[in-house]
Amino acid sequence: MPMPYYVSPEQMMQDKAEYAKKGIAKGRSIIAMEYVNGILLAAENPSATLHKISEIYDNIAFAGAGKYSEFENLRKAGIRHADLKGFMYSREDVTARSLANGYSQSLGTIFSQEMKPLEVEILVVQIGHNGHTNEMYRISFDGSIIDEKQFAVIGGKSEVVQNALKEKVSAKLPDLRTALSLCIGALEQTGNQKLSLESLEVAVLDRTRDNRKFRRYTSAETKQLLS
Amino acid sequence: MKLPFLPNHDDASFFDFLTRQHPHLTPGGRRWTESPPAVTEPLRPGNPVTVPVPHATTVLAVRYEQGVVIAGDRRATEGYQIAERRIEKVFKIDDYSAMAIAGAAGPCIEMAKLFQTELEHYEKLEGIQLSCEGKANKLGQMVKANLPMVFQGLVVMPLYVGYDLKRTEGRIFKYDLAGGRYEESDYHAIGSGGKDARNTMREYFKKGMTEADALTLALLALYNAADDDVGTGGPDLVRGIYPTAKVVNSSGITDVGESQIRGVYDEMIAARRSKER
Repeated sequence: MPMPYYVSPEQMMQDKAEYAKKGIAKGRSIIAMEYVNGILLAAENPSATLHKISEIYDNIAFAGAGKYSEFENLRKAGIRHADLKGFMYSREDVTARSLANGYSQSLGTIFSQEMKPLEVEILVVQIGHNGHTNEMYRISFDGSIIDEKQFAVIGGKSEVVQNALKEKVSAKLPDLRTALSLCIGALEQTGNQKLSLESLEVAVLDRTRDNRKFRRYTSAETKQLLS
Repeated sequence: MKLPFLPNHDDASFFDFLTRQHPHLTPGGRRWTESPPAVTEPLRPGNPVTVPVPHATTVLAVRYEQGVVIAGDRRATEGYQIAERRIEKVFKIDDYSAMAIAGAAGPCIEMAKLFQTELEHYEKLEGIQLSCEGKANKLGQMVKANLPMVFQGLVVMPLYVGYDLKRTEGRIFKYDLAGGRYEESDYHAIGSGGKDARNTMREYFKKGMTEADALTLALLALYNAADDDVGTGGPDLVRGIYPTAKVVNSSGITDVGESQIRGVYDEMIAARRSKER
């Protein structure tokens, strides 16, 4: 039996990371941004039906960048986890932190044990109420988890978008309209042309809503919001 | 490979997810593919319950022009004792449907909670709500899965109402213990006082009623059921406990306010009292 070639673990991890990063950078960016009444999620997405942003639970939302089939699987697993927890205990016991941990564990395990790492980067955000702060977690293909404030960017040329936002965001939380135009402005930095509203996926977690806080904006509603 | 977070499951149904991955959490508490436990005492009319648990009693639904009214009394009984005076038997399931329950109170409430989760789960996974018919069928499967518990005396009987957005009309579904699902065109009532409530509704039901008339009829039927059936609670004027009702129509589901229900009963009771003089 021929011996497989020796590859140092260091080299293997590096190759895997490079592979995953390349896959993620191919797509478009997604931004999550805190605004006065909650969290805004905006993504460049030419499809109106294949969503990148989704509801997970009452006050938790999910966004995934990279390979659709892979983050879609993660999204479904998240919803199962949340619904199971909410059913077993109570609705208020479902938290973004526990979800983010679950994602981090799974992504980390897959990254180190599988041949092919997942080419995804995901966001798990939760709005706080009654004086609690919002939570935004960015989780990478290798399971590393970063707690973000004010805004978070995943996928595509995320550094360009991040830098564009860093210049413009102030310490005071913007209202929804300002936040959305900030996001559109930042997303436009990655391409050469203006973004059409049809290719923009917008959703919010709105603290002022009852029970389920997630709301998707259609392109007509987005237009109305911006006008 | 065992992952903490990604069970090998691919199905939009929360109920199926529970049965496969966490069978101890399902209402039956076991895999429904297993054979039911040995029957110690068969279910007979007149001796329906051997397990001493609270039982929820009469609930009903009436169709009107624009939708459906669903209502229920507030009593739960345990044998000849009153176990609970303020129990809620009418549940909002999602934006366009509600269900009311009769039978063993605990499993009933659990089934309502499971059904709520089921529909929300499906909507989130698939990005679209189930059709009205689809929801009714799913509930039928859940009732069927509860069959082993029926032999232990833990009967769960739902009455399901929904607004069908495609047909633009309210719909009523009743079930049998084996999971059979039947649509009712006008009205239906289940539970210990169900027959008495149906008698009242048969007398006074008209097609194309207004919402107010349908609500009054529903509350009258509950009143008459409470009059004839020990298991059904009427309006409790001393404690201020009244039956609850919800309305499902094209604009969604709304709770009927307690003051409105009290108003209807005040009028009804005054009319009855005047007959006694």
